[in-house]
Amino acid sequence: MKQKKLVNYSKFGYLFAIPFFLTFLVFTLYPVAYTLVIGFTNHEGAIPPKLKFLKDPLANFKYLFKRRSSGAKSYFLEALITTCRIWIVNFLPQLGLALLLSAWFTDNRVKVKGQGFYKVVFYLPNIITAATVAILYNTLFSYPKGPVNDLLMHLHIIKEPYYFLLNKRPTRMIVEFIQCWQWYGSTMITLIAAVIGINPEIFEAAEIDGASRWKKFWYITLPSVRPIMLFTLVTSLIGGLSMFDIPQLLASGGPDNATTTIAIYIYNTAFKKPYKYNRSAAASVILFLIVIVCSATLFFIMRDKDAAKMAKLKKQAMKKAKLEQKGA
Amino acid sequence: MATNDEVMRSDKNKKDSQVALKSRKRDSIVFLTIIYIVCTFLALLSLWPFICMLINSTRSTEAIQSNSISLIPGKNLKKNLDILKKLKTFDVKTGLKNSLIISISVTVLSIYFSSLTAYSIHAYDWKLKKVFFGLIIGIMTLPGTVTLIGFYRTCYQLHLTDNKLMLILPAMAAPMTVFFMKQYLEGALSMEIVESARIDGAGEFRTFNTIVLPIMKPAMATQAIFTFVGSWNNYFLPLILFNKQKNYTMPIMVALLNGDIYRREYGCIYLGLSITALPLIVAYLLLSKYIVSGIALGSVKG
Repeated sequence: MKQKKLVNYSKFGYLFAIPFFLTFLVFTLYPVAYTLVIGFTNHEGAIPPKLKFLKDPLANFKYLFKRRSSGAKSYFLEALITTCRIWIVNFLPQLGLALLLSAWFTDNRVKVKGQGFYKVVFYLPNIITAATVAILYNTLFSYPKGPVNDLLMHLHIIKEPYYFLLNKRPTRMIVEFIQCWQWYGSTMITLIAAVIGINPEIFEAAEIDGASRWKKFWYITLPSVRPIMLFTLVTSLIGGLSMFDIPQLLASGGPDNATTTIAIYIYNTAFKKPYKYNRSAAASVILFLIVIVCSATLFFIMRDKDAAKMAKLKKQAMKKAKLEQKGA
Repeated sequence: MATNDEVMRSDKNKKDSQVALKSRKRDSIVFLTIIYIVCTFLALLSLWPFICMLINSTRSTEAIQSNSISLIPGKNLKKNLDILKKLKTFDVKTGLKNSLIISISVTVLSIYFSSLTAYSIHAYDWKLKKVFFGLIIGIMTLPGTVTLIGFYRTCYQLHLTDNKLMLILPAMAAPMTVFFMKQYLEGALSMEIVESARIDGAGEFRTFNTIVLPIMKPAMATQAIFTFVGSWNNYFLPLILFNKQKNYTMPIMVALLNGDIYRREYGCIYLGLSITALPLIVAYLLLSKYIVSGIALGSVKG
């Protein structure tokens, strides 16, 4: 039967996969390859000259890491550090909050009422256009009169209005806050699904043994949801590496480059004078390499575990059989 | 004597267990109170910016300037709308039209071809299948930033910037959606149905369209919502590809609201933001059940 299926129908497998594959070739593979090529060439300026490889093919890449004449770090390196910093500061509280809420919402001793409402509300910021969110926050933090300044003055936390978006650290903190605020709901829902998937008998057994709430969380919940946490971590990291809308529209990557991420760097280098497409392409290639490492991790996490286990068992059995043969 | 002792002991036990029960109950109440306080605070944090936006969109700029956190709506909605209509950069009609055309086309193409691709992997045995599926997982998380320069320069050289198709056609290869569809097919489609259709003499393509697609409806609905929202909210690519104002999508229009010239018209800015956010909020509240369950489905893949 299987043999017949192979002979008769396999061509339809190829046929139905062709549209995807062609689109992938034209819109992903070719642009990636072309970006890579541009990174080694003289492709720059409003009307770029004929494509030619540079004498020193790595010049664009070297430039990205070269120190500025003032001795400070290069702009690219600074953008890379800023991006990682914003991601870490937004992700840790996001994961912590999501873990806490998912443990609360799945507690089998106390039932939290209104869970559905809370889930819907916590996820709401994620669905709103990032551009809208960024402009909204820009307006909320406006100076000297603005909702946040007014609120803080009503609560007597500050005496005079504060110009948040003119100072480096506060602006970066606002970007980090928005990222966390937009994403913790999504992470929470994912983790809740993972906790629900844990066999309830394990929790029951722990309760009979008198385990406290904290112990149950630490020794059962946390280890069980680790794969999902890793999945969230990697997807969030890749998303964070290409962060653009919020920092760009909140403060145009400023003040003083404090929120210039890699994506903003790539955009500014290529689409503002003097249009250094080649340098921007080189930066994209480095971003690409970082993403590949992250994706490889993801691939490793999501590979078919049962199949991997079976293959391992089979190998062991083969080894054993061989050893036995030798022994005999 | 003995009986008395026993009674006393059992009494003591009862008391003990009652005390334990009580303390546990008290413990639960304290625990629940903390939960509700934290959750209510977080809910306010999620909602406050949007409430502030909606209320201020009905107030005059002067009122906002004197007190920007009022909870009472003003009567200036119409006036704000009139000012907004005069702005040449913020053209809601064009923005909505472009966003709808692009998002709907992207959703339809992405859902149909992702289903087809997933079916080709699930239903047939072909030599390069494993390589192909590996490729799909490999490019699943590739951000657009990486392909950007090459993509833009190609479009530019072929005079294809300002062409909506450049945003729509790439949707035919959506690896995340293919992956999700394949997972769904594994649980929902038994090959016996396909076999019986073959015996009835239906062609392979027709079987897919008339038998397999209807089975995939629930997965298609979930993915359609996320694809649509993703495309609707996309700011980066249209920003780079579109130069002509007649092609601007909603996120680009919103970004233009922040221009310095209209900086002082706060009521107008809040109204513009509300106009772009409100349809999403309403649609989200209507579909929230599917969306919340969809997030869980999309990510929990052992």
